[in-house]
Formats: sequence, C-alpha cells, structure tokens
Amino acid sequence: MAKYEKVFDTLGLRDWCDEGAADAPTSMAQLLAQAQGGDVASAEGGGFPFPSLDVLHDACPAIGQTRDLTASFETGFLAMRGKLKLVLDPITQPLSWLLDGALIAFQSTAWWIMIPVLLAVTWFASRSRGVTAFVACVLLFFAFIDHYDVAMQTLAIVFVCTGLSVVIGVPIGIWMSRSDLTQRLIVPILDLLQTLPTFVYLIPLIFLFSVTESKLYGIAIILYAIVPVIRLTDLGIRLVDRDVIEAADAFGMTKKQKLWRVQLPLALPNIMAGINQTIMMSLAMVVIASLVSAPGLGVLVLRGIRNLELGVGIVAGLGIVLLAVILDRVSKAALGRVDKQGKAY
Amino acid sequence: MKHPKISIKNLYKIFGARDRALVAKVKEGLGKQELLEQYGHVLGLQNINVDMQSGEITVIMGLSGSGKSTLIRHLNRLIEPSAGEVLVDGQDVLGLGPADLRTMRQKTMSMVFQKFALLPHRTVSQNAAMPLSVLGEAEDIQAREAAKWLERVGLGGFGERYPAQLSGGMQQRVGIARALTADTDIMLMDEAFSALDPLIRTDMQDLLLELQRELRKTIVFITHDLDEALKLADHLVILKDGAVVQQGDPQHILLNPADPYIEDFVSDINRARVLRVRSITKPLTTESFDGDVTAESNLESLIAKSGGDTNHVYRVVDADDVIGQLDMKDLVRALVPTIRPDM
Repeated sequence: MAKYEKVFDTLGLRDWCDEGAADAPTSMAQLLAQAQGGDVASAEGGGFPFPSLDVLHDACPAIGQTRDLTASFETGFLAMRGKLKLVLDPITQPLSWLLDGALIAFQSTAWWIMIPVLLAVTWFASRSRGVTAFVACVLLFFAFIDHYDVAMQTLAIVFVCTGLSVVIGVPIGIWMSRSDLTQRLIVPILDLLQTLPTFVYLIPLIFLFSVTESKLYGIAIILYAIVPVIRLTDLGIRLVDRDVIEAADAFGMTKKQKLWRVQLPLALPNIMAGINQTIMMSLAMVVIASLVSAPGLGVLVLRGIRNLELGVGIVAGLGIVLLAVILDRVSKAALGRVDKQGKAY
Repeated sequence: MKHPKISIKNLYKIFGARDRALVAKVKEGLGKQELLEQYGHVLGLQNINVDMQSGEITVIMGLSGSGKSTLIRHLNRLIEPSAGEVLVDGQDVLGLGPADLRTMRQKTMSMVFQKFALLPHRTVSQNAAMPLSVLGEAEDIQAREAAKWLERVGLGGFGERYPAQLSGGMQQRVGIARALTADTDIMLMDEAFSALDPLIRTDMQDLLLELQRELRKTIVFITHDLDEALKLADHLVILKDGAVVQQGDPQHILLNPADPYIEDFVSDINRARVLRVRSITKPLTTESFDGDVTAESNLESLIAKSGGDTNHVYRVVDADDVIGQLDMKDLVRALVPTIRPDM
C-alpha cells in the first residue's frame, strides 16, 4: 500500500483515480517483483521527500508512470513524423543528390585525373610547395595501402558537407551580426547543437528519413559542423574596425556595398578560421555517421569495433588522422595567406 | 547678407533611450550633471547655433568630451540629433530619407577621419577612388581621378601600394585625396591631423591651406589644438561641455576672450605668431611713419622689422589701400594676455 493513497482519498479524487485503471500494462519490474513475491511499490521512489511519478501512479492509477512520459514523446514524434517528412523531404532531397553525385564523381574519376585536380586545388588554396608535396605524398600513401577509394569517399562527403555549411552558415552569420536580437536568439541554438551528443539527434533523424538515404548522415554532419562557421562569421563582422564602417557610411555606401566591399573582406580571416573548424568537425562526424550508413574510412573503423578487428580499425583511424592533417594544413595555409593580405603587405 | 552654406540651429543631443522627451527638461535648465544623476542620460550637445560660410574653414575646437566629434557627425547624420535643425544650402538634412541621405553623403559632403579609416585590403589608388566606386563610375575614370588627387596631395606614384605600407602622414594624405575625389562642396575633417607627429602635422596644415586657396571648399575642421585652430580658422567655434562658449573671428577671440575658460586656453600660445597686424590696427592719427606693413602679416614679422623699437609707428596697407596705423606700443600690449583683476 502506498502512503500517498490517503492524500487522494482526502482530496476526494479516488473515483477519478480508479477510472479505467484496471488494464494498465504490467512492467517488467512488476513481473519480477511478483515472481519474487514482493511488492514493487516498496521501493517507494528512492527516499526523496517528494513523490516520484511511479509512486504517485501506485497510489492513483490515473496518473501516468515515468515510462508513459517517454512513450508520449515517442508517440508524439511519430504522430508529427508524417507532416515533418512532407516538409523536410523535398527540402533535403538535393542534399542526397549532392552527396550521391559527389561520391560517384570522386570514385569514378580515374586517379590520374583526381590526384592532379586535388593537388591543383591545394596549390590554389595554399600557394605553398611544401603543403602541396605533402598532400601528394599522403594521397599516394592511401593508394599504396589500398585505402584510396574509401579515403575518396570520406573526402567527397567532407567536401559536400563543408561546402553546404559555408553556403548556409555564412548568411546566417551575417544575419546574426546585423542585430543583437537575432544573435541572442541563435546563440542558444548553436550552443545546443554543439553540446547535444551526436547520437541523440541521430535517433530522431533515423525515424524521419530512411537509413538508406544519404541525406540522413549529410544532415547529421552539417548540423554538427555548421556551428563554427556561423559563430566566426558573426564575430568577424562584429570585429570590423568601427572607424572603417563609419567611413563607409560617410561616403554613402549602401548596405550591400558595405557588406561586400568592407565587412566581408575584413572579416575574411575570421570566416576562414571558422571554415577550418567546420572541415575538422565534419571529418570527425563522418566517422560517427558511418553508423547510419555513411561510406568511407569510418565504415572500416566501425568494422574494427564490431568484429574486434584491431588492425583494420587502427589503419583506418590513422587514415582519418592523415586526412585531417592534410585538410587542416591546406585550410590553415589558405587562412594564413588571407591573414597576411589583410595586415602586413 | 551672405547665405550660410551650413546652418546649425538649436541643436540638442542627449544620449539615451528617452532623449527626445528629455530635451524639454534640458531647455528648462536641467544641467549635465543632474541629467546624468536623475535620468541616467548623457548630455552631448545643447543649444548649438553655428553658421558656416561657403568657402571658409570653420574650426570647432574643444577639449575631449566637449562634444566636437558628436557635433561634426550631425552634419552628415552619422549621429541623429535629439532636437534642432541642420540646414545645408537651405535644406534640412534631418528631413532626408535614407536614399536622399546617401546621395547627400556621396555628393555634397566628404569626410576625413582621425584614424584615417582606409580600407586595408585595397590599394592606395582604390582607396582614393572609393567615393567614385560607390557611385558606380567606370574603372578608368576612377583610376584617373584617384591618380589626379593623389598627385595633388603629394602621393604620385604610390597608387599601387597598400595603406599599411605608408606612414601615418601619408595615410592621411590618402584620406584627404579620397575626400577630394568625391568632389563635394563640403569637407568634414574630424581631428584629421591629431594622430600625426607635430612636424608632419604642420606639413599637413600647410597642404590643407594650399588646397583651400585653390579649391575654396567649405571645410569644417575639428581639433583640440588651439595653435592648429588659429592657423586654419576663418571662423572659430569653441565648445565646452556640449555648448558653444564663444565663436567668431579667431583674432577677435584671442584679443577678447569671453570667459575664464577661453582665457586659460589662449594664455599659452605664441601670440606674436598668431595675431595679425589687421587685428590691432587703429585709425590714422599721425602723418609720419617708419614704414608700411601689410594687414595680413603677423606680429612676429613686424617685431623683426622694427628691431624691437617700441617708438615706431607703421602705416598698414591692405592690397593698395591704406587702412590705418599700428603703434608698436599697442603691439606690445597685445602680446600680453588679458589680465584678470584677481591676479
């Protein structure tokens, strides 16, 4: 007998409590307790001075149990799912196309085209012989250990997700920098995205989209990786010298001219730093996203964990580190170049 | 009566959320200190009335915190006033919509800044051409105009450099070239030379005066340096705590300071170099003179000419007209600041 029954009796709520109470499903804990001849309610909520949901349920069956709370989240989400899908599916479909297209393009292009193209991009971004030579060595090393294809898959995903993060993130950053109110509204969302464990938002995503669709991991990666580019665009624009902005105003620049000719160029070093972070974070997320069918080096790491194939896991892990190093070197070199342009000349 | 190019009327500026409502209280006599204590608002400017003539240099002088930078920003509305009028060519600047305001900033007023405020990622030439690029002029016109004005301020051949490669003085020359490229009637100069070394500052003042002789623009110049103010000003406005303490011909202010604040100000300067013969000329009373002097020469040159002899009397001429005489004894008296009775 639970001690809160009297409370409900004195409040005259007994009838309401017992209404439809008979067919409440039995929990595993109750079954176990019955089998051992005890009473489940004797646990009495862990000794807190206030009743827990489970304890109240014992006293008054009309009040839900804690597991009903989780169940209601689930049913609620599933009820919304159809409508959410109707809106989100068409919006996110291009992401699937982009990812699939990039994967096919990166894999089907012959190595003797792909590697020179990548080296050309490296040279264009960094203008550094050392960095370009290093990238060439790493790419050839991947070929040497037969990991070239998976590395290209990972690279394709990182390219697409970083590109989209920049395309979406920079305008959001600009928007944030223009008003303190938007900044106050968006910062908590960014904090949430950064602190929420990745697995937590993978779960609803799995329910929303089918695991076979590439946009599923695309969204997961972008949600995780977009944060730094937004933050640093906002910061960069806010840090632009007030005197220069005043000069732009004094000479009658329009808002658009000010943005393109003054704010963005002067914020560029910060934006580039944000893009560097975004690349690193999408690479980190690619590994986790292999849980939801993202191809690439992450799949090998996952295989290492699942089948306890230590060697496979270690080699793939090292491959990811190498990819991270070249991506970081190249983007840092590009950042350094932009930085130097802005300051020293 | 000449029409002023810029006319500021009953201008008030209060910093804070309820500025418009509090203007009435300030007009009733609420002081700066009480406004801050009772309402938490800062009084920026109070009851400013200044007329600026076309083709003249109007210098607004005051110590830091006197509101001079706030005042100049009201002319092109980088700061919105709490009450009052700013008339440019008879039109109220405060009534302009966003598009008209931009046009006015592009075509009637240009500005030179204390910290230069050049675009670091653009070349000197592109910086100087900025006003034209804002207007969307063709590249070759931009380059030609920029080169012309850079040449004029002594920076010919520096067009392809970047601002960070130039010294402070040269950067400010770019700032001036940029303002000149805009080809506006009015130039606002906010402590334009204050960040420069004294020698370079003198160079820049000479450059400005030389340009002004040729271009006859309406220049509003802000400074905290009295020597600079006296050198440049056709019309001098002295601000203190957001209010005009005295304004007028700089020579007149120097000889007749209106209150102790200005007396303090003017007591330290080299009066012989600043004062002109014109300011202490008296009507003709004698016939014999020790020589002729021009009205615009300064007293220093006259002292040198007389060899320090206080018995000399000179005839003062302006162009070809005789406008009066100058007794060296008056000159010596003028060199001593007005002495207050309590001293």
